[in-house]
Amino acid sequence: MAKKKTITAEEVETVASEAVAEMVEPAVEAAVAAPVEETATKTVEEAEETAVTEVKESEPLDPEAILEVRNLKKYFPVQTDFFGRPTKYLKAVDDVSFKIKRGTTLGIVGESGCGKTTLGRTILRLQPATGGEIYFDGLDINTLKTKELNKLRPSMQIIFQDPYSSLSPRMPIGEIIGEAVAEHKLVPKSELKEYVLDIMKKCGLPHHYYERYPHEFSGGQRQRICIATALALQPKFVVCDEPVSALDVSIQAQIINLLKDLQEDMGLTYIFISHDLSVVEHISDYVGVMYLGSMVEYATTADIFDHPMHPYTEALFSAVPVPDPKVKMHRIILSGDIPSPINAPSGCKFHTRCSRCMDICKEVAPKFKDYGNGHMVACHLYSQDDETPAE
Amino acid sequence: MNETEKLENENISSAEETVNETAGTEAVEEVSIADSVRALSPTRLVIKRFFRSKLSIIGLIMIIGLFLFSFIGPIFSPYQEGVADYSTDRMNVVTTKMEYVVDGETYVCYKVEKTPMAVDRKAPVSWEHWLGTDGDGMDVLTQTMYGGRISLTISFIVVILEMLIGVILGGLAGYFGGWVDTLIMRIVDIFSCLPDLPIMLIIGAVLDGMKIPARDRIYYMMVFITLLGWIGVARLVRGQILSLREQEFMVSATARGLSTKRKIFRHLIPNVMPHLIVTMTLGLGGVILMESTLSYLNLGVPKPYAAWGSMISAVDKDSSILQYYFNVWGPPGICIVLAVLGFNFIGDGLRDAFDPKSRK
Repeated sequence: MAKKKTITAEEVETVASEAVAEMVEPAVEAAVAAPVEETATKTVEEAEETAVTEVKESEPLDPEAILEVRNLKKYFPVQTDFFGRPTKYLKAVDDVSFKIKRGTTLGIVGESGCGKTTLGRTILRLQPATGGEIYFDGLDINTLKTKELNKLRPSMQIIFQDPYSSLSPRMPIGEIIGEAVAEHKLVPKSELKEYVLDIMKKCGLPHHYYERYPHEFSGGQRQRICIATALALQPKFVVCDEPVSALDVSIQAQIINLLKDLQEDMGLTYIFISHDLSVVEHISDYVGVMYLGSMVEYATTADIFDHPMHPYTEALFSAVPVPDPKVKMHRIILSGDIPSPINAPSGCKFHTRCSRCMDICKEVAPKFKDYGNGHMVACHLYSQDDETPAE
Repeated sequence: MNETEKLENENISSAEETVNETAGTEAVEEVSIADSVRALSPTRLVIKRFFRSKLSIIGLIMIIGLFLFSFIGPIFSPYQEGVADYSTDRMNVVTTKMEYVVDGETYVCYKVEKTPMAVDRKAPVSWEHWLGTDGDGMDVLTQTMYGGRISLTISFIVVILEMLIGVILGGLAGYFGGWVDTLIMRIVDIFSCLPDLPIMLIIGAVLDGMKIPARDRIYYMMVFITLLGWIGVARLVRGQILSLREQEFMVSATARGLSTKRKIFRHLIPNVMPHLIVTMTLGLGGVILMESTLSYLNLGVPKPYAAWGSMISAVDKDSSILQYYFNVWGPPGICIVLAVLGFNFIGDGLRDAFDPKSRK
């Protein structure tokens, strides 16, 4: 009964948060009201079934956040026994939680193989999550049926890292950009071509590219096409999965500025995945640092670049070159390689390479805690006590 | 876009290709942004590239020639399919050797009987019969034409059937994976275990035993060649789709919420199509060879219907034909060679033409 009560409380909160959203956008009032009730009842049923009910689950959704990720896990089975049951997992994303406010950009940084891309794809359910919840506009993406999800797809888009393989080679650009628009009936058929040309113009593509094929374009142009393809669907939220890492520096700047301009014009929310820290600093409002599938630090860009708290973040940011020969660099060189995410170290995952490793780090995993101003860190260097916020 | 607009745009695009893309579009700038877009159809691109290769033109000429020969040719022929020529003034000469023993001496006499021929058998090349007649008195040229009709029709029908079955089953296996894939691929494995020729021999014997009418045997043969041939197509399509499915543009299609139908028919199939068309074109030659082999073994197209293979099999029944009558088995043999070569040339040309990256 107690469980039920907390859930109904959550339900009330969900509806309440939706009510706030409705006040913001009164035009969509009627359209939003009906599906919310449905999903709310669904979450009640499912919560009863799983009966895990963590304390966090009863927390209300942040009405300001367009996306809220709670304890997201994505494990890939790497070894199976004779009967095909997995015995070992690669923990690509392990217990990650964060929120993104509307109209802001969250930069996700980390070494290669730390699960950034997997995180981006799991959020959009391009691969099923192993555990945790993803709330997009108050809807739990993990529990949606394929049909409902397909309806929601236009409002959350992704721009891929490799502009060479993310365009179908046998389709002209106009059709690539327009096909999903037609599929979701975002504009009437007669206006489709004008609409596509308009989007192309916004993304800096001349209109005579409409009938051309992807192989006729350079990497930078292709990335513009990818951006146009995503933005043609009028998304609210876009995952940019290393959109500039395949491009040279001058084109990188163009694409980044294009993304920023479009964000202002269309009020977009971005998750910007990159391992290029200077790019992330330029574009992001918030930065999340990932290490071996876990988020170790999360704060506003200014905060995290000025006062990195986690030793890994410090080491990572010390590698950013400063374009001034007089500045003496204090690089923190990490010893050893990144451990395998299949056999992640116990306790704090970073303890094998941390210069300030303590005994407790090897045994107990640190909590991901807020140390004021929304600066969240998972490290034993700071007080793990729930009551007293450190510093 | 209506027809006139398309024509206009095509004119522009052909001008653009040589000069520059911006030069052509400026001319129609004042019409409307949407209309000034150049229309360069993908088929035109492929055709253009296809005709760049001399071999593919030769192949095309060969195949078109064979088609005209087989389908238009019989109209001009005074002879009918499978009907022997009874109107001849050639004489049949029968020489009989007779030995008489008179008073211990042996006399050898030859009796030469000259009778008017009922059927014009094994006629030499003449104005009447351009390629002579075969052992049954049928005009070889006409028979080769009708044989081409049957051989070419069989090969096209078989290849289309193979493609349908292969694309559907291979596509299902590749797209859905899991148990669907396992089931279909195990069926493919079973079929690939069957030895083609022995199975066809058995089927031929069974059809003989069941006294199946001649025309129906042609249909049966098509079905059985298809059943033994679709596995290659299914494997190809499955492999292609498996690799395409993991490409980022397919993930992007999922992210954009496209329907399964659209993903399969607009994204996967067009990307498999080039490989498929090339394989099918090369397969056409293979089917003609298979059909010829079967006909040669008297398992294929039966008399009175002619097929190139069964015409060659005449050498099997009458050993003198192979030695003295090249005009009987030569023409169908040349036709088979031309058809197989032609299809292979076209297939190779298409492979190069379909590759959007080819810069030849």
